[in-house]
Amino acid sequence: METLIFDKSRSGRRAFAQAPVADDAVAIPESLRRKDTPRLPEASELQVVRHFTRLSRQNFSIDTQFYPLGSCTMKYNPRACNALALLPGFAGRHPLGPVSHGQGFLACMYELQEMLKEVTGMQGVSLTPMAGAQGELAGVLMIQAYHKARGDLERNEIIVPDAAHGTNPATATMCGCVVRELPTGSDGDIDIAALKAAVGPKTAGIMLTNPSTLGVFDRGIVEVAKIVHDAGGLLYYDGANLNAICGKVRPGDMEFDVIHMNLHKTFSTPHGGGGPGSGAVGVGARLLPFLPIPVVGATERDGVTSYDWLAEEALPQSIGRLSGFMGNAGVLLRAYVYMRMVGRDGMRRLAEYATLNANYLQARLRDAGFKLAFPERRASHEFIITLKNEAREINLTAMDVAKALLDHNYHAPTTYFPLLVPECLLIEPTETESKETLDNFVAAMTAIATDAKAGTSFKEAPYTMPVRRLDDVKAARQLDLAYRPPK
Amino acid sequence: MPFIPHTEDDTREMLAAIGASSIDDLFDEIPPQLLIKSLDGVPTGLSEMEISRLMHQRAAQDGAPLCFIGAGAYEHHIPQAVWDIATRGEYYSAYTPYQAEASQGTLQTIYEYQTMITELTGLDVSNASLYDGASGLAEASLMAVRSNRKAKSGRILLAPGVNPNYEKVAVAIAGHQNITFERLPMNGSTGNAADKLDAGREPVALVIQQPSFPGTLEDVDRLTDWAHERGALVIAVVNPLSLALLKAPGSWGTRGADIAVGEGQPLGVPLSSGGPYFGFMTCRQEHVRQMPGRIVGRTTDLDDNPGFTLTLQAREQHIRRSKATSNICTNQGLMVTAATIYMSLLGFEGLRKVALRAQQNTALLVRQLTALPGVQRLYEGPHFHEVAISLDRPVAAVLQELARRNILGGYDLGNALLVCATETKTAADIDHYVDAMRDILAKQD
Repeated sequence: METLIFDKSRSGRRAFAQAPVADDAVAIPESLRRKDTPRLPEASELQVVRHFTRLSRQNFSIDTQFYPLGSCTMKYNPRACNALALLPGFAGRHPLGPVSHGQGFLACMYELQEMLKEVTGMQGVSLTPMAGAQGELAGVLMIQAYHKARGDLERNEIIVPDAAHGTNPATATMCGCVVRELPTGSDGDIDIAALKAAVGPKTAGIMLTNPSTLGVFDRGIVEVAKIVHDAGGLLYYDGANLNAICGKVRPGDMEFDVIHMNLHKTFSTPHGGGGPGSGAVGVGARLLPFLPIPVVGATERDGVTSYDWLAEEALPQSIGRLSGFMGNAGVLLRAYVYMRMVGRDGMRRLAEYATLNANYLQARLRDAGFKLAFPERRASHEFIITLKNEAREINLTAMDVAKALLDHNYHAPTTYFPLLVPECLLIEPTETESKETLDNFVAAMTAIATDAKAGTSFKEAPYTMPVRRLDDVKAARQLDLAYRPPK
Repeated sequence: MPFIPHTEDDTREMLAAIGASSIDDLFDEIPPQLLIKSLDGVPTGLSEMEISRLMHQRAAQDGAPLCFIGAGAYEHHIPQAVWDIATRGEYYSAYTPYQAEASQGTLQTIYEYQTMITELTGLDVSNASLYDGASGLAEASLMAVRSNRKAKSGRILLAPGVNPNYEKVAVAIAGHQNITFERLPMNGSTGNAADKLDAGREPVALVIQQPSFPGTLEDVDRLTDWAHERGALVIAVVNPLSLALLKAPGSWGTRGADIAVGEGQPLGVPLSSGGPYFGFMTCRQEHVRQMPGRIVGRTTDLDDNPGFTLTLQAREQHIRRSKATSNICTNQGLMVTAATIYMSLLGFEGLRKVALRAQQNTALLVRQLTALPGVQRLYEGPHFHEVAISLDRPVAAVLQELARRNILGGYDLGNALLVCATETKTAADIDHYVDAMRDILAKQD
């Protein structure tokens, strides 16, 4: 472990260049004033720079390692997107600045809305949700608002397949809905008979990811949409796997009524160690009045387009505001730059090459002796292998493989998700990885399996990381969530 | 093919290994009537040089106005080192630290962040951050309902100084689980809570914003004790920079606030039209299991050496699904990294200097503005770095005229103008604003 910044701190040391000169007189009444001195670090600029640079080097990242974390779309984040979003005119713009001083920014946002509409086949887009999970919240709230506006007050059930991301049922609960779980058929598609039995006058909607988290495209989607619509429910599209179909097929054409997009996945904005994300939502005609505000509008006059915010007045039936201002604008700018660079034809190639890479890696791992969860199916942009047999026969679990891969200098795939496939690894290579990288990954996987068969145990892997396997039970039982110096 | 490394040979060999004759074959499970041919609404791709030119034009188009707006987002000097380091690929392009052994950089950074933000707010524990300050209040309200089991009313009281947008966001996010938000009455001369208050039946929590949205300083001790005496928890909404000067939520009243949330943006995050920012959340130890979001803990590894990992995950959506404390999945990792570097560079003494300078600049601006005819402070009493002033004419027209002169003169409260001059403003900047205001008021007379 790198020594904590607090232990590098020395009383009285300053990074002087950072602080302005100020008079020491505090114009605040005694009773409201702070009396204690919080223990923030006291360090030089070099010490701080060195500390955090050294810490950063203890991370795996896309820039340094292959990162096939299934369902997270860890593709290359082009440098230009970051640099251009941080231009002083954008980075320094106050969110409450007048639109007269925001036309350049708003033009980007408006065009982003338009591009996202086209890619998803939707009628309207709001960029304000700050992450996928918030996009989900917006989506379910819009579905509720729609039923309510029609006086259809009994619909409070949201159907969620058992393979869904945990955010789906958690979101439905936050919206005050009842979650109804739907089983998946043995081929990975939705169990149509079970769906027919589940829908009814209480159905508010269904939340689906397609391709699903099982890495397959649901072939029955047209029928699924019809069953749900006929029952009076709406269809929610979880855009987590949009990278698999971008430019090939559109959620709107699949009859979905609302979608959230994870711009940090498909449109390559940074994952940043766990955020910021961005969960823009798109809707079909029925849900347009309910979009979260603000939305960017455009007016053309004398050949000049001007942009403005559409808020409470323009959208009186909106589900409301989800962020203090307009969402993660800086992330949206990065997505805008990315989409403009990739362009119309490139957009299609994202899905094509992401799918090619996944199917290639799936074929190679199958040939190397790994068991596919759905061997009869095409992979989408990701696929699942199950180590059920290895776990039973040679005591090699999904967790062991994940940890052993770290020693081979690969980030682990997603483990133990979806919950319904035992000992699973969900693998998503993305389109930005080369064939050589995939081949080398297959070699590492093969080596791990061979070593395990020869009797090597990976129960204590990894060995080459800054720390060994960590005691999670102790972490939860003896909570140490902040450093406090010994008294 | 932007960012796709495949050569034609690669593609051919890969298709052969799959046993497919073309890439289109890989999509043969999709019902053919759903496949589209092209995305006409998306423009054709631009080279990096072309998009760079376009973005430079658009950024320049928005000008570089002299900005005196605050109202929840504040212009501060950000040391160069902050984003130089935060955008290192190892921070920028990593994800949630699910594989702890390969994510110690992010995990230790968050642990250090949690330490700093608990020190600053004077509370015991922190999560790894939420989306922003406004959604932080929504999550804190839901958390208070879970924590305060004795109060069954679902009523959350809001002090009059709570940012109106925060209330809107809290209603939109948290208003679907039988939770209601009610404003306490205001004392018209101070802008703070009225002297006589009625808590009503079984209030779950009282939300107190300090400094208040219109810039006043609330008597937080009185309100905290008042709420606690009535069985309500206290949720503090605070500007983290103000805590360099103002009493920390953990010291409010006799027992201290229970939960503190706020907008982390002043700690090294650019204004950037409203985001990405980060919401911080800290609380007393007894509420930790009701906290939403990621939490990092220190533990030991197989060799008994210290290390960091995500902990208390049993609260979260990927384990608990429909019974999770929240649907939240991400934190604002990159923003937290920047804030941790910012706080490390400044230290408490540096934060104090920034806060003092901002307070003194605002005081200077207000002194000069209120010397103009027809300009007065809206509320009496002390302030931090934001003050509401009333004009003798409509605020919107004055702001528009200022904007024409490339000055963003403040936030329009309807009946007043909320001005803020942070440490980034010089005496000359302030003079420039005051001169323009004098000129405009004289002309429109």
